[in-house]
Amino acid sequence: MARITASVYTSHVPAIGAALDLGKTAEPYWKPVFDGYEFGKRWIAADPPDVIFLVYNDHATAFSLDLIPTFAIGTAADYPMSDEGWGPRPVPRVAGHPELAAHIAQSVIQDDFDLTIVNRMEVDHGLTVPLSLMFGQPAAWPCPVIPFAVNVVQYPVPSGRRCFLLGQAIRKAIESYERPLRVQVWGTGGMSHQLQGPRAGLINREWDNRFLDRLVAEPEALAQVPHIEYVREAGSEGIELVMWLIARGAMADVAGGPAPNVLHRFYHVPASNTAVGHLILANG
Amino acid sequence: MALDKPYLDVPGTTIFDADQSHKGYWLNQFCMSLMKAGNREDFLADPRACLDRWPMTEAQKQAVLARDLNRCIAEGGNIYFLAKLGATHGMSFQQMAGSMTGMTEEEYRDMMIAGGRGIEGNRYLGEDGSAQPQRQPQGNAKKPGF
Repeated sequence: MARITASVYTSHVPAIGAALDLGKTAEPYWKPVFDGYEFGKRWIAADPPDVIFLVYNDHATAFSLDLIPTFAIGTAADYPMSDEGWGPRPVPRVAGHPELAAHIAQSVIQDDFDLTIVNRMEVDHGLTVPLSLMFGQPAAWPCPVIPFAVNVVQYPVPSGRRCFLLGQAIRKAIESYERPLRVQVWGTGGMSHQLQGPRAGLINREWDNRFLDRLVAEPEALAQVPHIEYVREAGSEGIELVMWLIARGAMADVAGGPAPNVLHRFYHVPASNTAVGHLILANG
Repeated sequence: MALDKPYLDVPGTTIFDADQSHKGYWLNQFCMSLMKAGNREDFLADPRACLDRWPMTEAQKQAVLARDLNRCIAEGGNIYFLAKLGATHGMSFQQMAGSMTGMTEEEYRDMMIAGGRGIEGNRYLGEDGSAQPQRQPQGNAKKPGF
């Protein structure tokens, strides 16, 4: 049977992708950011997963205002890079895993989560920057990826509680797949940041670190935090952090298993407008 | 029943809800068109003529022409859509975000390097943090917009 081996959490700031693509990683501004991912790169290269289930948000790329799915699962065989206005990032196309994705969609929908199924979709920096941070600049990504897009563009986004429950349904789905795949679930976005209005540039270091503490130790209680607290304390775009609760909900301890091992934790301010957070949790 | 909006008392912040989305539909859809290089070239060659092909309000068009993202947001724009407009003009996300504060590019970048905007005084309207209406503009930018 398939099993979830670990969950990875990371911000997905577009400027990080640009810094990598333009060869700026050793510059004093960027070096501390990329240093924070050195452990993760070594760890994942030593023991790569068979598939990554990657939770991210589409930034008005595949989904315009014509169609705004709350939860969308990619069931395609591959996903081209989008042009977000600066030209497409020079990174490999993303290969999907249609068979596992279809299995997850069927299981999770039957568990009462109404997913939108997407067979054709371009992906943006929300998906590719995490891959770049963990894998660097390979000619091809080392494993297939199932994109899972969450609406955090138009209010209301799904609640933390809903995301945490969804993560549990995703775990059940993955672990009922009959092939012996080793799957990682990634939660991306955040941490505190605001990209709009006179409050742009908001950072809340104390709130972010408390979020990381609670994500590890008491995710169920953290999932009860209402939208307005994210907006007020972590900035209007900090609400992306609800996506981390999907990945956390998929970990074994939530279903009665042992507590995860915290393999790595990193926090840095700033990358462009944003506080960068990164966490790796492994199931025992 | 009116929409429940618990977020209206956050200073310097416009939450992109269903009302904003309705108001800004064509402005945001215009921005989506800038995801194609040919459309970006058309826009840069004659911005006004390009905008006139969209059923946008005059206020929306003027906000786009002024490159004033606060005005674009007031007219229903959302930052993830407006980012395509900034990108078309060669702006980074940091330049766009900073342009909404009244700070110069250097002032805003320095604020971020120093740890970003603090939360104290910036949670609720009526406090006295840097994002409050009575504290605008915050820096020495010569004009609104990027």
